[in-house]
Amino acid sequence: MSDKSPLLEFNDVHVEVEGKEVVKGVSLKIYPGETHAIMGPNGSGKSSLSNALMGHPLYTITKGEAFIKGESILKMKADERSRAGLFLAFQYPLAVPGVSVANFLRAALKSHRGEEADMSDYRGLLKKEMAALSIDPSFATRYLNDGFSGGEKKRIEILQMSILNPAMALLDETDSGLDIDALKTVSEGINRYQDETKGLLLVTHYQRLLNYVKPQHVHVMAAGKFVKSGGPELALKLEDEGYDWIVNNSAVGA
Amino acid sequence: MSESIQRQNKDLQALNQDYASKYGFHDPVDYFHKGAKGLSHEVVEMISRMKKEPSWMAEKRHEALDIFYSKPMPNWGNNDLLGEIDFDNIYYFMKPIEQQQDNWDDVPEYIKKTFDRLGIPEAEKNFLGGVSAQYESEVVYHSLREDLAKQGIIFLDMDSGLREHEELVHEYFGSVIPSADNKFAALNTAVWSGGSFLYVPPGIDVKVPLQAYFRINAENMGQFERTLIIADKGSRLHYIEGCTAPVYSTNSLHTAVVELRAHEDSYIRYTTIQNWSRNIFNLVTKRASAYKNATIEWVDGNLGSRLTMKYPCVNLLEEGAKGEILSVAFAGIDQHQDAGAKMIHAAPNTSSRITSKSISKDNGRASYRGLIKIHKGAENCKVSVECDALLIGDDARSDTYPTMEVDNDQVSVEHEARVSKVAEEQLFYLTSRGLSEDDARLLIVNGFMEPFTKELPLEYAVELNRLIQLEMEGSIG
Repeated sequence: MSDKSPLLEFNDVHVEVEGKEVVKGVSLKIYPGETHAIMGPNGSGKSSLSNALMGHPLYTITKGEAFIKGESILKMKADERSRAGLFLAFQYPLAVPGVSVANFLRAALKSHRGEEADMSDYRGLLKKEMAALSIDPSFATRYLNDGFSGGEKKRIEILQMSILNPAMALLDETDSGLDIDALKTVSEGINRYQDETKGLLLVTHYQRLLNYVKPQHVHVMAAGKFVKSGGPELALKLEDEGYDWIVNNSAVGA
Repeated sequence: MSESIQRQNKDLQALNQDYASKYGFHDPVDYFHKGAKGLSHEVVEMISRMKKEPSWMAEKRHEALDIFYSKPMPNWGNNDLLGEIDFDNIYYFMKPIEQQQDNWDDVPEYIKKTFDRLGIPEAEKNFLGGVSAQYESEVVYHSLREDLAKQGIIFLDMDSGLREHEELVHEYFGSVIPSADNKFAALNTAVWSGGSFLYVPPGIDVKVPLQAYFRINAENMGQFERTLIIADKGSRLHYIEGCTAPVYSTNSLHTAVVELRAHEDSYIRYTTIQNWSRNIFNLVTKRASAYKNATIEWVDGNLGSRLTMKYPCVNLLEEGAKGEILSVAFAGIDQHQDAGAKMIHAAPNTSSRITSKSISKDNGRASYRGLIKIHKGAENCKVSVECDALLIGDDARSDTYPTMEVDNDQVSVEHEARVSKVAEEQLFYLTSRGLSEDDARLLIVNGFMEPFTKELPLEYAVELNRLIQLEMEGSIG
């Protein structure tokens, strides 16, 4: 794998929110075909890292470097990062009243392709991807996330990922709010997306998503730092033993 | 990717033909009649004489002019802007051509070209049942589909309406909005010219919309159209009004009066898409009277103008009458949209709903001014008011002035008001999917307007979205 270049790479990234440093120097490389998971307790900085990488204006990367396919993204706005191939499935997707799911996705697709998608092709694509995620067809004309349940929002996030088909996807707590059936459907969607050309970074508190979407690499984050990295077995150990052992030990090693 | 950015830039350039080039052009015109500037009893006399009106109308005009003189300017609105109006520097009557036409080919080329550019003949061909096109003070073109005329529908410009149906006009003119209602209604009554006269006989359902288009071409022009619509028992109609004007450095005045009468079991929808240039003072009185089980719907879109003051009203006069007012206002740089709605419940079991949406951008200001009046004895009324304001940028302003006068306790009133900003979080969400900030902001604004836009015929919805796009351009959020 080392002959390929990473899809996502960040070195010594520090993130500040409202003047407070919440990520304190983290580094990672994700190559095509790889699935990584960042796990950690609440407040460890996982979501801040995802938001900062996507370009959220309130999350400032104060130090370090980040690249998509070798291209530095620090000066890019969120839309440029998206068009460069980065995608973030949000933990709490916002509602946009009056804008239908279908129209929004068509506009997003247009911004990626540089031209309007053919209407019948687009309808076909949308219909197929919605069916695959067991999303009722009526959602196409409903307003984006407006009155959607937590689980419905998460499915719509994965639908957006399937349609935009980015090279590198960050999924922030995508499993939260999903019942077991929904979790399976969404996981299948994620697995369909992932192939040897794509990179995937799962950000999660719990390991249950990892029963369905298998990462090769697991990183434990605590107090703004990666305190341990390992294989899938690390996630299982966290499930059994919780975060305390690792968080308490990390103070010295870090 | 660079290709996509190039294309986007091209799209933007294509759109960048702003109001000035799209609607702001003007024709050099040799008017059939162009009086002097300024207002007086002589001007009123001249208008009346040129129109060869019956004497009762001439008397009404003179009486109204005295009312106009005697009434002070309203002092509850934007006094600074109102103070800019110079009544002596306005032409009160301009007659572009000698005779109105019913065939576009007979309309002078320069006027026809204007309406071609505005897409009127095209719309007439495709989906309208009748068209009236007013240029300055008079209607230059008028048509009604033959099958509709055969059903007894009368659709004329107001001047012809007065000539051909004097008894109807005499009965209804000023019956909903008397001259003394307000200073500007008095002004309109004194110097009115053009506008529409529409009568739909009992039981007739006019399935296609009828449209009037009002165009101001000259600088310092005052346009004072007068519209009267009567829906007889059990009839239904949809009337659409559109307006534009050229861009000039000095101001013009648009002061219309629109009266609607909806008889028992009838239905009137009145849709307005005004898109005035930024030098127009738009001071319009619109009011409807709804009788037993009748329904009135005002669908009112206010774009452009320097100052708009407009508060469509429904008098719910008999049991079961329903009123609905759905309005949007867009206030851009240096503009004040002072718009609102009034519902007067004068009978039991009447219901009304007001939905007001406003967008203020840059230093634009949008005000909602509303009145709900429920008379004693008007029991079991239902009222719902929803005001939604969207602010774009830190200097944008929105105010709400709701008034409720409820004289009995057997009513249900709901009132909701919200002000929101185009939030950074929402923009981030949309841009994270690849949309540029401008596109994302436009999408949010269009979404905000959606409850209004979806009520419009498709062609108008498309046009409105395009107008909003023009207004949004160069937004600095």
